[in-house]
Amino acid sequence: MKVITANFVTCAVKECKTSAASFPLHFHDAELEQQELDFQPEFIRNVLPRVDWDSLRITANELGFPSLPETKPEGDALNEEQTLKDLHRLLLETQVIEGKLVCGNCGHQYVIKEGIANFLLPSHLV
Amino acid sequence: MSRPEDILPPDLFYNDNESRKYTTSSRIRNIQADMTHRALELLDLKSPSLILDIGCGSGLSGEMLSEVAPEDGGPHTWVGMDIAPSMLDVALQREVEGDLFLADIGQGVPFRPGTFDAAISISAIQWLCNAETSDVSPEGRLKRFFEGLYASLRRGGRAVCQFYPKNDIQRSMISGAAIKAGFGAGMLEDDPGTKNSKLYLVLTVGGGGLQGDITGVVNGMDDVNVLDARRKAAEVNGARGPARKGDKAWIMRKKEQMQKKGKVVKANSRYTGRKRRIAF
Repeated sequence: MKVITANFVTCAVKECKTSAASFPLHFHDAELEQQELDFQPEFIRNVLPRVDWDSLRITANELGFPSLPETKPEGDALNEEQTLKDLHRLLLETQVIEGKLVCGNCGHQYVIKEGIANFLLPSHLV
Repeated sequence: MSRPEDILPPDLFYNDNESRKYTTSSRIRNIQADMTHRALELLDLKSPSLILDIGCGSGLSGEMLSEVAPEDGGPHTWVGMDIAPSMLDVALQREVEGDLFLADIGQGVPFRPGTFDAAISISAIQWLCNAETSDVSPEGRLKRFFEGLYASLRRGGRAVCQFYPKNDIQRSMISGAAIKAGFGAGMLEDDPGTKNSKLYLVLTVGGGGLQGDITGVVNGMDDVNVLDARRKAAEVNGARGPARKGDKAWIMRKKEQMQKKGKVVKANSRYTGRKRRIAF
């Protein structure tokens, strides 16, 4: 699972929909992998306004990356190639291959195997 | 043609053998490619976008999203959801670029509001019309799915779902559930009336970036006829509508019925079915 996806996914349990603690999901025992992908500055610019910066900082911290700047790069910073390349590396090229995503509200664990997260819920949680 | 929906639930039907057959058959691949092209045409994306692939299977359609040329607004980044582990396994072996989720779309779409620019679904949502256990219903699953999808798309986003309804009931059940969730909806049918007919449900959120109504999606496309059922429906309702009890039309009908039964019925006059004066 790419870091950018982790920034968008929430807990699937019905009760967690209304709780603020259900986002972001927290990584546990994560194994990382770098995968080379084509650099697309256009895509980063398109998607960055939707990225939740605070939770991205939390995720980056959990995955052991050096801490990100306090505020989201905006305006002119989006024209600096280095900033975009760093973001591309973190958001798109970094993948969690094995591990768990844990909801901060209900504690449900979503297992990640070979990069695929299992979001199937038992029927009593739907 | 037999329908896989009637045989087994999707996670069991698409076992290792079926998944491999589905992905290697050149006929299926061609059909999938055509449908994905058509869906992309309807989505009309101008810049590299984040797309949700619902029922991505082995990533046949997702692969094409990653391969859209830069001059056509690509390549897109996609996230795929599927319920069949074997299909996802094939996707892993083929090393697709998108992120994969093992998830049941009938349980909802677990993403933050406004996440995706667009959503695409090829031959998947008819599976929602089957309930595999007694504690869920097709209506409930459709509702959860469309409500989740509506929330996860950004305002001005679009979704295109190609599906194979079993009959008109399923067709209206699916489109009705989408409209109830808040989508602007339209149907596009390719090769109508033939064996190869393909049905696309085109959904928009908050206008879908269109100037007018949903028919604007096909503006500028060749060989598309627009059939607007809304005006016809409105005319029928306005002009006649169902005869209400006590109406003149209703009284005349009843009198005729009684006459046919051989009852004694008063002759019609200009006073028949007329309101009494208030003074009375």
